[in-house]
Amino acid sequence: MRDASPAKTYALHIGVIALLFALNFVLPDYHQGLFARIMALAVFAMGYNLLFGYVGLLSLGHAMFFSAGLYGAGLTVYHLGWGVPEAFVAGVACGALLALVIGLLALRTSGVAFMIVTMMFAQVFYLLVLYFAAWTGGDQGLVIQQASRVVSIGGASFDLTDPTVRYMSALALFAIVLLVTLAIVRSRFGRVLVAIRENEERTKMLGYDTVANKLAAVVASGAICAASGAAYALLFGYVGSNFASIQYSILPLLWVLLGGAATTLGPLIGTLFMYYVTDITSGFTSAYLLIVGVALILLVLFAPKGIMGSIRERWLGWLP
Amino acid sequence: MHFGPHLLLAALEGLVTSAVLALTALGLSLVFGVMRIVNVAHGEFFMLGAVLAWAISTAISGHPAIGFVAALVIAPLFVGLVAFLAEWLVLRRLNYNPESTIVATIGMLYIIQQLALTFYGPEARPVEPPFSYRILLPWFGYSGYKLSVVAASAILLVITWLVLTRTKIGLIMRATQYDRETAQAFGIPVERVYAGVFAVGAMLAAIAAVLIVPISQAHYLMGQDPLLLSFIVVIIGGLGSLRGTVVAAVLIGLSDGIISMFFSPTLAKIIATLVVAMVLVFRPQGLFGTAPR
Repeated sequence: MRDASPAKTYALHIGVIALLFALNFVLPDYHQGLFARIMALAVFAMGYNLLFGYVGLLSLGHAMFFSAGLYGAGLTVYHLGWGVPEAFVAGVACGALLALVIGLLALRTSGVAFMIVTMMFAQVFYLLVLYFAAWTGGDQGLVIQQASRVVSIGGASFDLTDPTVRYMSALALFAIVLLVTLAIVRSRFGRVLVAIRENEERTKMLGYDTVANKLAAVVASGAICAASGAAYALLFGYVGSNFASIQYSILPLLWVLLGGAATTLGPLIGTLFMYYVTDITSGFTSAYLLIVGVALILLVLFAPKGIMGSIRERWLGWLP
Repeated sequence: MHFGPHLLLAALEGLVTSAVLALTALGLSLVFGVMRIVNVAHGEFFMLGAVLAWAISTAISGHPAIGFVAALVIAPLFVGLVAFLAEWLVLRRLNYNPESTIVATIGMLYIIQQLALTFYGPEARPVEPPFSYRILLPWFGYSGYKLSVVAASAILLVITWLVLTRTKIGLIMRATQYDRETAQAFGIPVERVYAGVFAVGAMLAAIAAVLIVPISQAHYLMGQDPLLLSFIVVIIGGLGSLRGTVVAAVLIGLSDGIISMFFSPTLAKIIATLVVAMVLVFRPQGLFGTAPR
C-alpha cells in the first residue's frame, strides 16, 4: 500500500462513480435495474471486504448483518409505517448494534473458531427469523407496498420504484460507502487494521489495542452491510428469510475473492462480474450454484488475489 | 399417552438421531483432527450417500433388503472415491491452508448440491427399509429398523475405535495427527494418510446417510442439518476424541429429540446452536484441544 499518489487514487474512484452515473442514461431498462441491484449488493461486499480483506477476519455470518438492515428497515416500514429515511437509519442502527454484540463475543475467538462462531450466530438469526414468521413473514417474506416507498424531501417527492430514482439512490449509497471505505483504508485506523492482519502480536507489542480496533472494524463492517440490506429492502420492496440464509454469508466472500480482497474497487468488480456471469449462464442452464462452486474452487486454486489484486500486483502498484 | 411413555418415545427417537449423528460427526472429527481442516462439504457427502442409496435401491429389483445391502456397500465406496478425488485435485494443492480449504470446500458443497438437484431432482424420495418388524412395547409399537440403526452405528463406532487404537493404520493416523513433520521424518507417507482420512471421513457420513434414509427421505438439501449438528458435536466433544464425539452425539441427539418433542423444532435448534456458540466463545481452547492458532 504505497501512498505516492492520492490525487490519482481519488481521480480513479471519482471516475468510476462518474462512469456509473453516465451509465444510467445509456443502459437499457433491464440492465439499468440489474446495475441498481449490483450497486446495492456491492455495498454489502465492501462491508465484508473491510473485515475480511483489511483485518483478515474471515466471517461466515455476514448475512445476519445484511438481513439486520433488511429487516430493520423493512419491518419498521411494514408494521410501524415509518418513512423511508427513518427506516433506513433504523436498519443501519440494528446492524451496527448487532455487530457490536456479535463482535464482543466472536472476537474472543480467532481463526477457524471465529468462522464457525459467526456462522452459528448467523444460523441462530436465520432460525429466529423463521421462528417469528408471524412478524417477519418467514420464508414467504413480505412485500413492501409502493405507497410506503415514496420519499418527500421539501416539496418534491421521489418514488423509489421509479427506475431512475432507484438507480440514483443505489449509486448515491454506493458512492458514499466507496469514498468512506477509501478514507478508512487510507487513515491511521486502516493502517492499524492491515498491521493486525499481517502480524497481530507485533501490532499489540507496538502499543495498539488490537481488540478495540478489531471491534471497531466489525461494527463498521456490520453497519455498512446493514446499510446495503436496508437499501435493498427499500429499493426493491421485498424482505425474506432467504437473505439471512448461509448462502448470503458466502456470496459476499465470493464477490470479494473474485474482485480482489483488500482492494477498494474489488467488491464492485467481483459483484458485477459474478452477476453477469450468472445472468448470461442462466440463459443456458439453471445450475447457477454449480458455477458459484466451480468459481470458488478455481479462484482459491489459481487466483487467490482476485481480479483487482492481480492487476495491482502486475501493473498498478498504487491501487488502494 | 402419559408423560412417561411420551418421554420414552422422545428418548428413542433421540437415540436414533444420536446414532446417525455420531457416525457423521466422527467423520468430520477425523478429518478435523488429523488434517486440521474444516470440511464444509461434509454434509453434502452425507446427502450424496442418501441420494445414491435411493438410486441403487430403486435400480435393484427384488426384496428391499437386497437393494439396501447393495446401497450400504456401493454408496459409501462411491462417496469415498469422490472425496479422494476432491482431496487429490484441490485440497492437496492448497497445502491444507485452513482458510483456503474452507473456501474450496464451500465450492464443493455447491457443486455437489447442484449436481444432485440436476440429476436427482427437488423431490424427497423414500427408500424402503430392509425389514419392517415392529417391536411391541406396552404403550406403543416401535420400528425394529430404527433400533437396528442404533445397533449398526454402535458396531461401526467400536470398529473405528479398534482400528484407531489397535492396528498399525491407526497408529500411523495418530502419529500424523500428533506431529505431521516428525511422522514424515519417520517415513510415514503423510499425503497418502491425508487422502485416506478424507475419504474415510466422507464414507462414514455416507454410511450414516444410507442407514437413516429409510427413516427420513433422501433430499438434495438434507446435508445442511447434519453439517451444523456435526460441528456442534465435534466442538463439544473435543478435537479428534472418539469418546468425546460419541458422548456429545448422544447428548445432542437425546436433547434434540426430547426438546423438539415438547417444543418447536426450530426453537430446539436455536437453543442448541446458541449454547454451542457460547461454549466456543468462552472456552475455545479447552474444547478445541491443541488446534493451532
